[in-house]
Amino acid sequence: MSAFVSLRNVNHAYGAGTALAVEDLSIEVGEGEFAAVVGPSGCGKSTLMKLATGLQFPQSGTVTVAGERVSKPVKIAGMAFQAPTLLPWRSTLENLLLPLEIVEPHRSEMRRRKVEFAARAKNLLASVGLRDQGDKFPWELSGGMQQRASLCRALIHEPKLLMLDEPFGALDAFTREELWCVIRDLQAARKITVILVTHDLREAVFLADRVFVMSSRPGRVIVERKIELPRPRDLEVTFSPEFQDIVHELRAHIVKARQ
Amino acid sequence: MTMNRTNLLIKASPWLFTIALFVIWEAAVWIFRIPTFFLPPPSAIAMAFCEFSGPIARNSWITLQTTMIGFGLAVGFGLLLGLLVGWSRAIYAGLYPLMIGFNAIPKVALVPILVLWFGIGFIPAVLTAFLISFFPIVVNVATGLATIEPELEDVLKALGASKLDIMRKVGIPRTLPYFFGSLKVAITLAFVGSVISESVASNYGIGNLMLQAQAQFQVPLIFAGLVVLAIEGIAMYAVMALLEKRMTGWAQRSGFGQN
Repeated sequence: MSAFVSLRNVNHAYGAGTALAVEDLSIEVGEGEFAAVVGPSGCGKSTLMKLATGLQFPQSGTVTVAGERVSKPVKIAGMAFQAPTLLPWRSTLENLLLPLEIVEPHRSEMRRRKVEFAARAKNLLASVGLRDQGDKFPWELSGGMQQRASLCRALIHEPKLLMLDEPFGALDAFTREELWCVIRDLQAARKITVILVTHDLREAVFLADRVFVMSSRPGRVIVERKIELPRPRDLEVTFSPEFQDIVHELRAHIVKARQ
Repeated sequence: MTMNRTNLLIKASPWLFTIALFVIWEAAVWIFRIPTFFLPPPSAIAMAFCEFSGPIARNSWITLQTTMIGFGLAVGFGLLLGLLVGWSRAIYAGLYPLMIGFNAIPKVALVPILVLWFGIGFIPAVLTAFLISFFPIVVNVATGLATIEPELEDVLKALGASKLDIMRKVGIPRTLPYFFGSLKVAITLAFVGSVISESVASNYGIGNLMLQAQAQFQVPLIFAGLVVLAIEGIAMYAVMALLEKRMTGWAQRSGFGQN
């Protein structure tokens, strides 16, 4: 598998003279792969997100995405965070269209293809269980529904890479598991490359093809674990002994990393 | 108490409280035998209204005009400066201490200078209203821009959004509630400014009317002037509050304080 996203020997700190956020960090994620990154708090997972999307550039080492060295924001990436960050003055549908108003080539075609784009957004909403909810304002939706809409916004411009930074962290356990399945199905249908940053080991093991464990600050990858549970995975798999074993194994690594 | 009666009470309570204030005032003047030249009872003020209805109407119209022109200037200038200050951290850091310093100067101290430049009358009053009321607008607009969620900024930047894009799509809309909120503060301050200037350096306006009434010992007329100012202040405040509600209904969805 050729690497779609690759970080090689990356060192990065926010501002000169400050402590390194990540040190000698190397990660390679193949095209269409679902990668999860777990680690103790403050291990530089969010820095990894910023490096891979071109919001930050490494002090040393190289970052390449889709064969190109990252020197500006990576427009083929979509992002979603723990907070849904939807704009309260726009309807849910208009929120979804926001990336299209910014990213080329859609931006210049916005006026001409508005109807088509709106239809695309509606389909996307329907695919995550939000059929006919587009006219509502985000604050009229529940937390889980807002997070679904936020995922849709990350996907509307059909990115090749989806970056998720603890997207389910603020949701209750049942809603979270529902959204795991939403993300699982989206990724399966679109063959999109996903990098998921999370604290939740069960989430990482359930969703990912490979899990990377990072050390505490300055962060680097200490363990890389392939998850060979067969797909499509059902929520039931999370109760199987193999699943539990992998979770325990990863947990042990993190406990060690925290010391 | 039933819901309906509570609502009715809330609707009626501003009137009830206002009437109560005047009744208590009237009673206190009679009971304690306070002389009219010291504190006139509301009945005497009402009679002054009838007797001087012509001058009161003419001068209150002038004060209203003066105030609204000064306020209009403050809105335009405050909005521009606020956007500028919120645009760049360097401008923010540079201008903020200057603005604090300027705001700390009592505006009445500026009136003599304005008179020196523009002569007595209309223009110094307009400028005083403007100078006293632009500050809260600048601060609020700048605050609205400065508090954009960093995650949202990341989402847009990763799509290649320019600073102007972020400003147009997110910054300015999310600043509107702060802006309209500040108008309510600014309009009352604008009245303070124009009346100060009118009473120091003008031949027109309620401020001047009150000054002349004082010279002629027409104490009920002084109080009539105060009542006019209060009424104009409340009316314009209500207009601003209505405007705020119309323009930024999405920001006022909280039920807090509504019962």
